[in-house]
Amino acid sequence: MLLELIGLEVAYGGIKAVKGIDLAVARGELVCLIGANGAGKTTTLKAVCGLVYPRAGRVYYDGDDITGTPSHRPVARGLAMVPEGRGIFRQLTVEENLAMGAFVRGDRQGVRRDLEQVFELFPRLAERRTQSGGTLSGGEQQMLAIGRAMMSRPKLLLLDEPSMGLAPLLVQRIFQTVQEISREGVTILLIEQNARLALEIAVRGYVMESGTITLAGPAAELLADPKVREAYLGEIVAAEPAIERDRA
Amino acid sequence: MVYGIIGLINFAHGDVVMVGALTAFSVITGLLAAGSGMPVAVVMGIGLAAAVLVCTTLAFSIERVAYRPLRRAARLAPLITAIGMSIVLQNTAMMIWGRNYLRFPELWETRRFVVAGASITGIQIVIVLVALGFMALLLLMVHKTKLGTAMRATAQNPEVAGLMGININTAISIAFVVGAALAAVAGLMVMSYYQVAHYHMGFMLGLKAFTAAVLGGIGNLGGAMLGGLLLGVVEALGAGYIGDLTFGFLGSHYQDVFAFFVLILVLIFRPSGLLGERVGDRA
Repeated sequence: MLLELIGLEVAYGGIKAVKGIDLAVARGELVCLIGANGAGKTTTLKAVCGLVYPRAGRVYYDGDDITGTPSHRPVARGLAMVPEGRGIFRQLTVEENLAMGAFVRGDRQGVRRDLEQVFELFPRLAERRTQSGGTLSGGEQQMLAIGRAMMSRPKLLLLDEPSMGLAPLLVQRIFQTVQEISREGVTILLIEQNARLALEIAVRGYVMESGTITLAGPAAELLADPKVREAYLGEIVAAEPAIERDRA
Repeated sequence: MVYGIIGLINFAHGDVVMVGALTAFSVITGLLAAGSGMPVAVVMGIGLAAAVLVCTTLAFSIERVAYRPLRRAARLAPLITAIGMSIVLQNTAMMIWGRNYLRFPELWETRRFVVAGASITGIQIVIVLVALGFMALLLLMVHKTKLGTAMRATAQNPEVAGLMGININTAISIAFVVGAALAAVAGLMVMSYYQVAHYHMGFMLGLKAFTAAVLGGIGNLGGAMLGGLLLGVVEALGAGYIGDLTFGFLGSHYQDVFAFFVLILVLIFRPSGLLGERVGDRA
């Protein structure tokens, strides 16, 4: 397993946001973690990269216990994150943003080559390379955030809600890119509210509800699961989906 | 610079300048008294090196001990701590160097040049050139190097900077150290110019620097430089003409008033400063 969470618990003050979850991602897999707003998905991811300190449980990455290590440490070992809301450095140019993605790398030529590759992947970014990040549209910022994460040559890419706030066409484009990156051999853990899209490109999926994982399995099975269809894909199977979700 | 990266107005910065000046003073007068026969330039160089060493160590420690524990505290807490640090430094300096004005020896004869009707001394020219040189270096470092870019990234979004693998504590420490090294240079220049140094000299300097930074747009390096230049011109002209303007009622010793008059005007009419908010921001 490249990433393994065991009994992870995170609390903000007295409120438990993540209540002891187990989750694993094997090398080369594309795994998604879906769930409603506030289910604890982002918090889980933050605990993996050291942005929040877990109350209990362990995080193993590439065979090592990285529980609670500061966030800048695992980056050099191939852990990259595309944060929620993209986290673009607004006053840095597109090129500088990408350069920051490669901060931990020393091989200048490799970095330059990867920069050209990112520009190939997202020609829009090449057109705007000298613009400041804050002037980009939401879709362009998402491309920049993904490109920036790729600049570190990650082994494991963590994506937090890449579809958030984007037009459907752009969402398609972003998801295609995520799939391409996955095909190149990068392991991906994808967090999404858009359950259908996420399950369509993922190999396996986890469903998270108010801090616990309620369902897990191959993505195709989850897509077919009546509970998932009802709660996350907006299909009315029995009762009102909204009520169903609230009770959970 | 430090404001740009952590949003802290470092009121102790002027006092770091003072420590730099006094350290250089002790080293330089000490070397001269020992009669080593070294050329003046070498003596000045050693004095500067000592000042830089002391100032950087000092600023690094101040950040570690006084500011870092308060990084997540409300903004007012580190500000008050900074003022406290300023007082601590002044009093420590007073204990070490005494309360008296220390006369910095004249190490070279004053040469005067007349340029376009204005009289300029050699030291003034040197100071301007050195200041310009360091400004250029600083701008280059912050805008063209990977380290500088990382520092700007940390300033804009420390959390994401961490996710890029940037150790934000290191980035902040470097900002303090670079600022302190420049403070040491400034201390030596101020002392050479006025030929006097004392434990209280940094306080007014710090306040003026703060005014200059606000005038230019705080957190903006180019702005601080422009603000400093403008403030100097306003002060000099103001001090020169105030006597005539008030029919001799106020004299040129009211020079300092202008700096704070400017500060108040800027805060009322353009709080973002001259170069503030020039960055496009869309989404």
